[in-house]
Amino acid sequence: MEAYIKDISYYLPETIVDNAQLANDFPEWTEAKIEKKLGIKTRHITRDDETAADLAVNAAETLFSEHKTDCSEVDYCIFCSESPDYILPTTACLIQNRLGLSKKIGVLDINLGCSGFIASLSVAKGLIFAGIAKNILLLTAETYSKYMHPRDKGNRTIFGDGASASIISTEGIASIGEFSFGTDGSGADNLIVRTGGARHRQPLNDLIFDDFGNPNSSDFIYMNGPEILNYTLDRIPEVTDDVLKRNHIALEDIDLHIFHQANKYIAELQRRKLHIPEDKYYCCFENSGNTVSSTIPIAIVHALQDGSIKQGTKVLSVAQGLGYTWGGVALFF
Amino acid sequence: MTLNEFVTAFAEEFDETPIELFTPTTEFKNLDEWGSLTALSIIAMVDEQLEKRITGADLRNSNTIEDLFNLAISK
Repeated sequence: MEAYIKDISYYLPETIVDNAQLANDFPEWTEAKIEKKLGIKTRHITRDDETAADLAVNAAETLFSEHKTDCSEVDYCIFCSESPDYILPTTACLIQNRLGLSKKIGVLDINLGCSGFIASLSVAKGLIFAGIAKNILLLTAETYSKYMHPRDKGNRTIFGDGASASIISTEGIASIGEFSFGTDGSGADNLIVRTGGARHRQPLNDLIFDDFGNPNSSDFIYMNGPEILNYTLDRIPEVTDDVLKRNHIALEDIDLHIFHQANKYIAELQRRKLHIPEDKYYCCFENSGNTVSSTIPIAIVHALQDGSIKQGTKVLSVAQGLGYTWGGVALFF
Repeated sequence: MTLNEFVTAFAEEFDETPIELFTPTTEFKNLDEWGSLTALSIIAMVDEQLEKRITGADLRNSNTIEDLFNLAISK
């Protein structure tokens, strides 16, 4: 038995933040410097009244329209996001109703960040292999812009909001290979929004500014850049090696590496560390930034459109996410 | 890697600061261009050039480029 990615689409919210706006807010930045260092020209952000579920619904509708998918054939729905509409109920239930999906389907939310697409893909593959579902609607959506302090130069520059929609099925364009995963919860504090959940329901109002003048607050997204960088440098080579072994394939035999698209700086670092040639390392952050769990599916759509992925292309995808949790998978187109 | 080679590699992570401002005794956190992104660049440079892992705390605890070099190679 095999499980496949059958169709894949994405959606970005309409509001665009370009580098000129960021350079205006942070005069120590220039448009040219942001683009040169991070490779990002624009990122899309949600309106105040727009949520990750809204983006996911738009992505699903784009998928149904682009691929002429019959939504009545969807027999399971997975919504991967760290931005649920409500503390409860499960956002995937709301999405089932909004999309008019069958009432005879299973749904679940998966709360993961940048590793979310790969982790959700593994769950979908498991559902296919177990004979539980045949046409799984896999949605990823994230809206980090809602958690950012307005003076958070780094995160406002890197992250964009966005969503993807895929159908995972018993047939399709890419066979889903073997996975490798890792988790280390001791790194949880290094990328976190502390308040709003059950541990701290109310804001803590503890804003301070660090050595670089960046805001550090329990009430907004906080990222410890050096720690996250070191985590990436430690884990990416390890998980890449393991996922290759599990798929009985050598790094040189991979045609295209579609890793989590953090930004140009991290991409270059990873590429050099793994000794991957530039022409085999796909970059897709220029117009959308780091959309968290949607970067890999967005990149796959672009790689299909521009011909970087053809029939027979062997793709390796690896992602490192907050938590910490990381993972990798091989995809055979 | 020698101290002087380290200073050169350190300087290469900066785009706007004149190279002559980089010496072993340069107090790098006083440079106008020092910031969160240059800090990450230095951590990555140390990883690539020295195969050593330095942290944000190591950067905070070093005043000069030579301090950082000594701290990194002692790991």
